[in-house]
Amino acid sequence: MSIVAAARKTKTNTSFLPTGISSFFKEVGEMSAFAGKFFRQVFTPPYNFKETLRQCYAAGNKSFGLVAITAFIMGVVLTIQSRPTLVEFGAESWLPRMVSVSLVREIAPIITALICAGKIGSGIGAELGSMRVTEQIDAMEVSATNPFKYLVVTRIIATTLMLPLLVIMADAIGIFGGYIGYNLKDHISIGFYFYKVFHQVSFSDLFPATIKTFVFGFAIGLIGCYKGYTTKRGTEGVGIAANSAVVVASLLVFIIDMLAAQISTLYN
Amino acid sequence: MNPNIENKNNPEEAVIQVNHLKKAFGEKEVLKDVNMVLAKGENLVVMGKSGTGKSVLIKCIVGLIQPDSGEIKVFGKEILGLKHSALDTLRVRIGFLFQGAALYDSMTVRENLEFPLLTHSKKLAKNEIDDLVKQALEDVMLADAIDAMPSDLSGGMRKRIGLARTLILKPEIMLYDEPTTGLDPVTSKEISELMVKMQEKYKVSSIIITHDVECASITANRIVLLNEGILASEGSFEEMKNSKEPWIRAFFNE
Repeated sequence: MSIVAAARKTKTNTSFLPTGISSFFKEVGEMSAFAGKFFRQVFTPPYNFKETLRQCYAAGNKSFGLVAITAFIMGVVLTIQSRPTLVEFGAESWLPRMVSVSLVREIAPIITALICAGKIGSGIGAELGSMRVTEQIDAMEVSATNPFKYLVVTRIIATTLMLPLLVIMADAIGIFGGYIGYNLKDHISIGFYFYKVFHQVSFSDLFPATIKTFVFGFAIGLIGCYKGYTTKRGTEGVGIAANSAVVVASLLVFIIDMLAAQISTLYN
Repeated sequence: MNPNIENKNNPEEAVIQVNHLKKAFGEKEVLKDVNMVLAKGENLVVMGKSGTGKSVLIKCIVGLIQPDSGEIKVFGKEILGLKHSALDTLRVRIGFLFQGAALYDSMTVRENLEFPLLTHSKKLAKNEIDDLVKQALEDVMLADAIDAMPSDLSGGMRKRIGLARTLILKPEIMLYDEPTTGLDPVTSKEISELMVKMQEKYKVSSIIITHDVECASITANRIVLLNEGILASEGSFEEMKNSKEPWIRAFFNE
C-alpha cells in the first residue's frame, strides 16, 4: 500500500463524527470561505454598479407586492387580535403604540425577511444553480470575466441594501393597516393615530431593528448565492439548491433575530 | 501511446503544447499521460468514446479544471500555477464553445454578444459595439435574431450565437466542445462548415472535441484519438478511416 493510500485509509478510520455532523461542519466551513471571498472581492475593482442596480431593482420589485400585502394584513390582524386584551385592562389608548412597536421591532423585519428568503433566496439559488449546470458560469470564467464578482457580489450587495428598505416600507404599511384595524371597531382620526405612533415609537425601537435587517439581507443573499453557485448534479441539483436556500436562509434569519434581540437588550 | 504524436509539428509554431497531462476524479484516472501539440492555424479534431476525457482535456487547457500533473503551454506560457489575472489575459485570446452553447439566459442575443465587449473593450463607443455585434451575427447568418431571447432559439441557432459570442473578441485559439452534438445532420453540417469558414476568415487555431465523424471529415486538418486516457493514434481523416487497426476503422466507419 502506498503512503498516500495508507494516509487516506487512516484518515477515514479516525473520522469519529457521524456523516451528517461532519458534512454539516464541512458546509459551514465552505459557506464561511464563500463569505470570506465575498468580503475580499467586494472592495476590489472593477465594480459592477450597473449590474448591482439591476439586482437591487429585481430584488425590491420581486418582493414589493407580497411584502406590502402581508404587512398590511399583519397590521390589521394584530390590531384586531390585541384590542380585546387591552380593552379588558382599560389600555385601549395604548393600541397604536403596541401595534407599531411590535411591527417595527419584530413583526415587519421577520416577516419581510422570511418572504425575501422565499422569493429572493430561492430565486437566486435557482438562477445561479441553473447557470452552473448549463455551464453559463464556466462560460463567463473562460471569457475572463470574474463570475463571482459579477453574479455573487452584486446579488449579495443588492439583498443587503434592499431588505432594510423593504422593512421600512413594511413598517409604514403595517402601521397603516393598524389604523384600518382600529377603525373597524372604533374611530380614530389618521392624524391622531400617527401622532400617537410617532410620539410613542422611539429611535431605540427603530434603529436596532433596521440594523438587523441589513444582516438578514446579507444572510439571504449569501445563502442563495452559495447554494446556487455550488450546485452539482444537474437539474436535480437546481431544485435542491432553491429549496435548501429557502430552508437555510429562513433558519438563519431566526438565529440572527435571536442574537440581535440579545444584543439589543444589552444596550437597553 | 504513439510517441510521434507530440513531434509531428514544429514546436516553434505550436500555440498549445500539452505534456504528460494527468487527471483523475477520485479513483478514476481520466487522463493518464496526454501529450499533444496544436499548430498555428490548424484544426485539430480530438475524437474518442464518451467518457474518455475529451472535454476534461480542453477544460484543463483553459484552466477550468486543474490537472493533477503535467504541463500545458499556451502561446509558450505555462498556464498551471499562473496567477488569476495572468490566466485571464490568456483567456481573452482563447475562445471556448460549450456543448450547450452556454448563452446567458437572462440576456437577449444582443446583450450576450455585447457582454464580452463591455468587459474587455471598454474604450469602444456604442456604435462600434453595435457594428461588431451585427458583424458577428452576420458571420453566423443570424442577424435577424439580434433581439431574441436564448429560450426562443433552436439548438442550432444557439450554437451559432454561442460561436458568434466567442468569436467577437477575435480569439487566436478556439476550443469547441462537441459543437454538433444533439443537432440534426443538416444543421451539424452547417455548423461544421461555419467552423471552417471562421478558421479561414479569422485564421484561428482550433481544437474540436467531437464524436461526429462527418464533423471531423469537414473540419479536421489532423485527428487524434483519445483512448483509455492517452492519445492512441493520429493522422488525417483518410488515414484514420483506412487505418490498419480494426477498432479505429470501426470508429470511423460507424
